Amino acid sequence: MKRGLLTAFVIAKKDLQTELRTKESINAAASFALVILVLFSFAFDLGREELYAISGGLLWLVYSFAGALIVNRGFARELPNDCLDVLIASPAPPWAIFLGKSVAAFCLLLIVELISLPVFGLFYNIRWTDSFGSLTLVILLATWGITVVGTAFSAVTVNVRLRELMLPVLLYPILIPLLIGAMGTTTALLSGESMGGDNLASLRLLIAFDAIYTALAIYMIEFVLIV
Amino acid sequence: MREKAVYVLGILGALVMIFNLNTIFNKLPDEAMQGAVYRIIFIHVPAAINADIFYSVALVTAILFLVTKKFIFDSITVSCIEVGTMLILVNLVTGSIWGRNQWGVWWAWDLRMTGQLMCFLLYLGYLLARPAIAEPTQRATLSAFIAIFAYADIPLVLMAIRLPNVRTQHPGPVLETGTLDKAFRAPFGIGIIALLLICTALVLVRLQQESSQREIDSLRRELHAA
Repeated sequence: MKRGLLTAFVIAKKDLQTELRTKESINAAASFALVILVLFSFAFDLGREELYAISGGLLWLVYSFAGALIVNRGFARELPNDCLDVLIASPAPPWAIFLGKSVAAFCLLLIVELISLPVFGLFYNIRWTDSFGSLTLVILLATWGITVVGTAFSAVTVNVRLRELMLPVLLYPILIPLLIGAMGTTTALLSGESMGGDNLASLRLLIAFDAIYTALAIYMIEFVLIV
Repeated sequence: MREKAVYVLGILGALVMIFNLNTIFNKLPDEAMQGAVYRIIFIHVPAAINADIFYSVALVTAILFLVTKKFIFDSITVSCIEVGTMLILVNLVTGSIWGRNQWGVWWAWDLRMTGQLMCFLLYLGYLLARPAIAEPTQRATLSAFIAIFAYADIPLVLMAIRLPNVRTQHPGPVLETGTLDKAFRAPFGIGIIALLLICTALVLVRLQQESSQREIDSLRRELHAA
């Protein structure tokens, strides 16, 4: 267990290091997020109140699009030179490889989110600093959900033809409950509501989603990686 | 043996269905509030119930495949999911028509509809991903994984859309509370059984196709190896 966690940490560190040196997926994801934010501003011509009403949905669409780009690279990064086969053949347990990759994707997506959140506030004139504390909690929980399910499915699609096309088709339907919860809560928080009532229920949903899928993925990833 | 079972189940299902349709269209009176259109309930709800039955079978066989690695379980999983997805589509389309008639809209984003639509999309993903994986063992394993993930999402979707001020157009549970009129109960139950019989026959047909497919694949591989 302890060895496995250590392995996961090493793999996460390796992935982050490679990514921060090449910056291939983080640059793409961040600029993609910005482009989407700009496009949305043309798509909807809204007044202030309406803007707050759709803010959560808008933000999480951007985040989940960027997330799919990032998790897609998770296992695909290992394909050149058959690194994936070596990784699987190594004594590292499959769940540790998976956990390491999830953590790395989580950190990368968080960076992209931290870049695009201020831009979002700036473009759409939305005050997000007041509710930053509780917003952070929602962002952490939902981002973990996106990356853990995304990494699990990138392990599935890494072996599939048309990898880049299959991942979103599989990923977004699975993420629906998470996105419903995150979008609703974010809209409420940005509109100045406090964390209570319906928002607390959504938060519980996010926690349930994270717990169920983290457990399921860690338990089942062995079947996916070793086939 | 299996071929015989297909015919027996199919013909039996068709007969029960015809008998039931006769009852529904010729014997039952129009409903007090909705008139003739309420008869959709005898297709709409049994389709949903049967879809859930087949998806549950698919979940069990997906787990069994991962445990035993026997291909028969993979074949059952894909057959059940295909038939289940067709049933969900029937459920969605009939529901949409009924909704247009009764609520004035084709689609209302209410709890059950959204849940059912997500269910449809999830399993559509399964059916789309399968042909994209070339190697049979890999295909079976990865799609079993997707099937299990998809099933785990359904309770969550139901929970999720209950959260912020529930928007529901559907009536309350008419079955458990007994508000379904006594005269309607028998055709309703028979409707479920008829559909179950027909769909089981369909699953068996699909199973046969799967095993032929596997045979063709192995012959092809032998040919290439030679």
